[in-house]
Amino acid sequence: MDNINGSSARDRLLKRSNKLAVNMERRGKFLVLFSALIIISATIAITIFLGSKGLQSFIQNGVNVIDFLTSTNWNPTGSAESGGPTYGAVPFILGSFAVTFLAALIAAPLGIGSAIFMTEIAPSWGRRILQPVIELLVGIPSVVYGFIGLSVLVPFIRNHFGGNGFSLLAGMIVLSIMILPTVTSIATDAMSSLPKGLRESSYAIGATRWQTIWRVLIPAASPTLLTAIVLGMARAFGEALAVQMVIGNVRGIPNSLFDPAATLTTIITLNMGHTTFGSVDNNVLWSLALILLAMSFVFIIIIRYLSSRRQF
Amino acid sequence: MKKMKSIYLLAIMSLLLVFAAACGNKSDEGKPAGGGSKEKVSGSIVVSGSSAMQPLVAAAAEQFMEENPEADIQVQAGGSGTGLSQVSEGAVQIGNSDVFAEEKEGIPADQLKDHKIAVVGMTAAVNPEVGIKDISKEDLIKVFTGKVKNWKELGGKDQKIALINRPDSSGTRATFVKYGLDGQTPADGAATEDSSNTVKKLIKETPGAIGYLAFSYFNDDSVTPLSIDGVEPKDENVQNGKFPIWAYEHSYTKGEPKDLTKAFLEYMQSKEIQDKLVPDQGYIGESKMKVERNAEGKISEK
Repeated sequence: MDNINGSSARDRLLKRSNKLAVNMERRGKFLVLFSALIIISATIAITIFLGSKGLQSFIQNGVNVIDFLTSTNWNPTGSAESGGPTYGAVPFILGSFAVTFLAALIAAPLGIGSAIFMTEIAPSWGRRILQPVIELLVGIPSVVYGFIGLSVLVPFIRNHFGGNGFSLLAGMIVLSIMILPTVTSIATDAMSSLPKGLRESSYAIGATRWQTIWRVLIPAASPTLLTAIVLGMARAFGEALAVQMVIGNVRGIPNSLFDPAATLTTIITLNMGHTTFGSVDNNVLWSLALILLAMSFVFIIIIRYLSSRRQF
Repeated sequence: MKKMKSIYLLAIMSLLLVFAAACGNKSDEGKPAGGGSKEKVSGSIVVSGSSAMQPLVAAAAEQFMEENPEADIQVQAGGSGTGLSQVSEGAVQIGNSDVFAEEKEGIPADQLKDHKIAVVGMTAAVNPEVGIKDISKEDLIKVFTGKVKNWKELGGKDQKIALINRPDSSGTRATFVKYGLDGQTPADGAATEDSSNTVKKLIKETPGAIGYLAFSYFNDDSVTPLSIDGVEPKDENVQNGKFPIWAYEHSYTKGEPKDLTKAFLEYMQSKEIQDKLVPDQGYIGESKMKVERNAEGKISEK
């Protein structure tokens, strides 16, 4: 009797815990699947919405796509006598690319340099100091960067380089500081995930530290380092607030670093509130946003391509 | 340690949830409380639109809610376009705008009812170092279209002119271009800024800068407002129609206002607000105007 009872109790318990485990398994799977589905559908919904809104200006309002992408003349309030409103987005597309590449030009060497410092030169104390500094930079909101740029950088440029201070240069400096943490942290990961053997064999054949870094480690990590730069550029391309505060937002094409410019994002944020939903002026802003979305897809494709070339 | 972390996380999450819930938009149209008493109004409405008008409307709403504790009025800014869009969609009860609804494309102006609350005068303002206090309209147009590039050509200091604009779609810019520049498109200039406060700061700091601002921003000496054709930018000159650059501050409702919306708009147009709060905030009371202007820009005696 005892035996039977005991075994049945064990069976019962086993069965119950099995059932529980299966239930938990299912619940967990459902939870994870649910999160994934929400994210996927949100992305698809945003793409569809932006696509349909962004194309409206071409389909409904008759804005010429070719003019939009090739004309440098942006004048949505143009009167009928002067040829009506014109929508040429080239200055903003150029402006966006200009600040993005210029910012990457500053941030890439600085970011990769400090990554090498942290992983190769002074892995102990260098990392202990630099890591928190960089994490702090991530935490500063973009409006603060913009405000500092407006109150410090812009007057500095005005007093020392001429012009009005609002310039590509100001935008590029602010952006480069903003994307520095992105570049640095990914570059640090790239460098520290390189196999130890690479370093050791390089030293073993008599290479100096600098030769090892320059000839062995950087080439080996280069796909991930490039990913770091592209991710930084993607962030710079989409940044609006900080850039808007320092770049001047004029629609001419800048001739020098000290000329004001505008980017796709700054024109959208400047005009969104003043235009009415459904008007041409509002729809062309959506078209600008569509260009931004297309560009972020391009950045993602580049990153995918780069990561397929990763060796380590 | 780990447990502490998750407790913190939970606390933060629940705080956020409470905050998000508190932010929820209540926009049910107010209903008159009880039967007979007309004085007591209750309910809640949302007002949105022109950022130039927001301080005035917010101050009026605060006073109104003090007198009518049952009423809840939320005043949001977001731009004239947003205000007009939202009121015509029925998303808010009152949409504030610096421009006539007829002037904005895509707004069913015939469905909206215009309530003119105040008038705001605007003029060009320069950096005090420029040394100019009066400008003819002709010269003003030349300055803003980029035909004159240095202040010494107009008798000022030898300084390059730096234009500071508002965005294309801004109501202040539309008004200034229409009545100050006779519709000529301003040149690009040095910078385009979204808010009048930034424009003022830039004029103050940039040598040779010129921009345009509402009268309410001339409360100190940091920028010099310009007289146009010898007419000083003063409230009286706007009221009697001598000074050309001014605009109405409109409150639009979809159809006839009722209940709390109606009570609030009447309050805004009442003597109490028009005589005290409106001038205090730097606007001119609509009731003080001796001239009026229609959506086409035609001016007539009132």
